[in-house]
Amino acid sequence: MNHEEHVVIERFERGWLVFGIGMIVVFVVLIAYTMANFGGSIPVGTQRIDPTKVRSEGEFANPRIEQIGNEYVAYVQAFAFGYLPAEMRVKKDRKVTFYVTSPDVQHGFMIERTNINVQVIPGEVARVSHTFRKAGEYQIICNEYCGLGHANMISKIVVEE
Amino acid sequence: MAVIPLSKVDAYAGHPEKKLTLYMLMLGFAALLLGTFFGPLQSFNYGGLDLYPYLKPLIQSYYQGLSLHGVLNAIVFTQLMAQALLVYFPARELGYRPNMALAWVSWWMALVGLLIAAIPLLLNAASVLYTFYAPLKAHWAFYVGAAIFVLSSWVSAYLVLQMWLRFKRENPGKITPLVTYMSLIHWLMWFLASLGLVVEVAFFLIPWSFGWIEGVDPLLMRTLFWYTGHPIVYFWLLPAYVVAYTILPKLAGGKLISDPLARLAFLLFLLFSIPVGFHHQFADPGIAPGWKFIHTVLTMMVAVPSLMTAFTLAASLENAGRARGGKGLLGWIRALPWNNPSVLALLLGLIAFIPGGAGGIVNASFTLNQAVHNTTWIPGHFHLQVATLVTMAVMGTAFWLIPHLTGKPLVRPGLAWASMWLWFIGMFIMTFTLHWMGFLWGIPRRAHIAESPAAMEAYRESAAWMVMNIVSGIILLVAAVMFFYVIFATALQARRDFSEHQEIPFAEAISKPEGNSLALMTERVGFWFGVAVVLILVAYGPVLFQMFTNMNPVPGMRLW
Repeated sequence: MNHEEHVVIERFERGWLVFGIGMIVVFVVLIAYTMANFGGSIPVGTQRIDPTKVRSEGEFANPRIEQIGNEYVAYVQAFAFGYLPAEMRVKKDRKVTFYVTSPDVQHGFMIERTNINVQVIPGEVARVSHTFRKAGEYQIICNEYCGLGHANMISKIVVEE
Repeated sequence: MAVIPLSKVDAYAGHPEKKLTLYMLMLGFAALLLGTFFGPLQSFNYGGLDLYPYLKPLIQSYYQGLSLHGVLNAIVFTQLMAQALLVYFPARELGYRPNMALAWVSWWMALVGLLIAAIPLLLNAASVLYTFYAPLKAHWAFYVGAAIFVLSSWVSAYLVLQMWLRFKRENPGKITPLVTYMSLIHWLMWFLASLGLVVEVAFFLIPWSFGWIEGVDPLLMRTLFWYTGHPIVYFWLLPAYVVAYTILPKLAGGKLISDPLARLAFLLFLLFSIPVGFHHQFADPGIAPGWKFIHTVLTMMVAVPSLMTAFTLAASLENAGRARGGKGLLGWIRALPWNNPSVLALLLGLIAFIPGGAGGIVNASFTLNQAVHNTTWIPGHFHLQVATLVTMAVMGTAFWLIPHLTGKPLVRPGLAWASMWLWFIGMFIMTFTLHWMGFLWGIPRRAHIAESPAAMEAYRESAAWMVMNIVSGIILLVAAVMFFYVIFATALQARRDFSEHQEIPFAEAISKPEGNSLALMTERVGFWFGVAVVLILVAYGPVLFQMFTNMNPVPGMRLW
């Protein structure tokens, strides 16, 4: 390789790295933008609790979805191997806030066709919210291995007009 | 018999480290053989075909098979390959013999740890998958065996450190040769990275499994696991990069374009491999979004050395292709020695790494990750990286390294060549399918769906794609049978011929490190190690401090 080729290669490499790092900057800016504007679907921890008492004490002893004004609030137990309440119903275009925890091992709480995707960890209460814009049935899927019945751990939320 | 085989004494005369390397390599391939057997069963499961009932009573469940697959392939095989290659290559580059007593200690530790952990795995007492998330609690032997196995890697790290220090002492002011530099950085990175796993297992999971402590904090366990769990992928990847930078150009008939840039890429891996683990915990409650964003940015930074690598390798391969008479814009690609199975394996692996890296950017993007977290997209992603590039780099290396170590010529090179094509095609079909199923339909990873009518009903929209999983599983099974036949038939034959394969094909560099300011800067290893520690303290310190001082212990359970 002669000197001239060497210079050409170095120029190409600078160009490639400038392009690559430029793309990374664009990605980071877009991530920050989505965080600021669509942050509701990011799981946030609201409190730490004793998982052995989830079934007997506090909000999660009474798993439910309730309407408060124009919005819904749901207290969901993800347990081996199912969810409580077993089925939820909401009206479309209303904000739904889910509080999710586990009385036993780790689980997933993913609602198909939405950005709701929570790692449910015993001892932690996670909060996420979502507004369903389309009526229909949405499956809730456990996507963390939790034991032999893991694949059966599917529930649903029905969104009505 | 007219042929008088050379005795083993002759075979390893003067180079006892060859025997050690061979033992590491073959132990790794034995683990891979068993672990890989379960791979197609996983593929069939995601095609709705459940073969696990036929394995009873040997294997109790899909999750036991999946645990064996993950532990043997991703933890055992990969570590043994690093211990084989990245102790031997620097030793031969420097012309030193590693401390052989310690080297054998590392092999025996790996073997004993592996056997101790294998017992509960094979008895279905540790079906906790390779992430072993608390509060699922395995038998204590699983954690003890895993700890001994992982600690054997520290011995390998020490061997390389020892050889490097000897080089610096005997050659003051000289720049470390490239392979030794890369190996040293790899082991230093791994030492820092493995601390999370070691603390998790030694201080929490082992006492917990013995019943000495009542519970462990699942969030803290996850955090310690992923502190190690992301850099572990660079621990797997960097041996493949060492081969791609320092051996592939020579095998392809060319030279490495730039030695100093290769050093810089590795140095960046030392800095940015570790403080990124929260990108596996984007969906976790209990870690503030601000910290997750910091780890997002640092994860993006670790793409930079891979971008540099892509350029340098492509340029080096172009150099090789043109040296072989390739003309025109793309003619050099055709001119590369595609018929050499060792070169083919790496070229195909590197091609797979391009979509693999792009998918990695998606996973690393905090908010985008919500769409793919814990879906089949994730195993789709890492099978492009570790099961295609990393594994194929090792496979391709074994095709010349086993003959080099033993003097036994490669058996059936044509079969070796064909196995690499089939492996690549099978992996491409499988990973593409898994990406699609995870992203479009949210199919969960690690789920025994073929056994569950509810799941098959829920995921019926992806039925057409499921067929592709079965196809890929069959292709990969055939590829694996061919590959393992070549490897074991080569290693177990009696014929030895020392007329070839005497030297390791290290490539020459065009841009050399001597007098290069960049190379001199990267040579300050101690300083950069300190910078890496500071970055980790900044990115992890406050969160870990808070978790350690505010634990929420949970009792263990066995639900399999």
